[in-house]
Amino acid sequence: MEYAPIVSIFCAAFTVAFGAIGPALAEGRSVAAAMDAIARQPDAANTISRTLFVGLAMIETTAIYCLVIALLLLFANPLLG
Amino acid sequence: MNSPLDSTVLFQMGPVPITQAIVTTWAIMVILVAGAFLLTRRLDLRPSRRQAALELMVTTLDTQITETTGAPPAPYRAFIGTLFVFILVANWSSLVPGIDPPTAQLETDAGLAALVFLSVIWFGIREGGVGGWLKTFAAPNSVMIPLNILQSLTRVFSMFVRLFGNVMSGVFVIGIVASLAGLLVPIPLMALDLLTGLVQAYIFAVLAMVFITSAVETGARASRKDIKDHPDNNKDP
Repeated sequence: MEYAPIVSIFCAAFTVAFGAIGPALAEGRSVAAAMDAIARQPDAANTISRTLFVGLAMIETTAIYCLVIALLLLFANPLLG
Repeated sequence: MNSPLDSTVLFQMGPVPITQAIVTTWAIMVILVAGAFLLTRRLDLRPSRRQAALELMVTTLDTQITETTGAPPAPYRAFIGTLFVFILVANWSSLVPGIDPPTAQLETDAGLAALVFLSVIWFGIREGGVGGWLKTFAAPNSVMIPLNILQSLTRVFSMFVRLFGNVMSGVFVIGIVASLAGLLVPIPLMALDLLTGLVQAYIFAVLAMVFITSAVETGARASRKDIKDHPDNNKDP
């Protein structure tokens, strides 16, 4: 019984699943904060949404890292040879 | 399913394998250069409709650079603008059937990130000289030197993985959905992919701009003031 492929597939799924939780919560918080700020100061909507987009991309990067790790496990796994 | 980390080799040119991404990149470069040449051939003080559209684009770019950094946009316009336009066209080239965006390959993104890394060094040295640029690593004080060196490498690496991951995941998801369910189902995902491509191009350009300005500003401050006069450094044992 070869365990490495099975463990790799499970780990890839868990990496994406748990790696998406943190960024999802963080993006929800930041969008809520930006909405609040825009509602208080509609004049600054341009600056706020620009900063929001940059921040969202930064947060999303953590999820993307998890995706890259998962793809490495599936497609470029050194243990599977 | 093909691994997204591999690249398709089209043909060999001597010892150099020519991949699909290289061909697409060169096609995009030719289109951009020829387009820029043709569109700016006859510029006039009374702008035609075409020239007005171009000027609108350049002015928007200048405004973005000034708002992001507070610096005059002229020295950075060419590099940042080229980065943005190239990444945008490369991301959106997936709209052409049968073409994978070259930014979905590791090599293209690594090349772009290496360009940003070198340009940070170049703009930093041009502003404060070699000494001023080296002193930016000792800001705010010399304890931070290893961390600053590490940071200058990791932020470039994170730009590279961010662009690769976003574009590649878009292509990958569309590939999976298209292989599962036929004709019209991938279209909303492709629309989302267009938005992602635009946002990623914008973010790559903005981050490059932010890194360059931070190097330039600390370099200028360090070269204006001798590092011993700095109040933070006197606390240092």
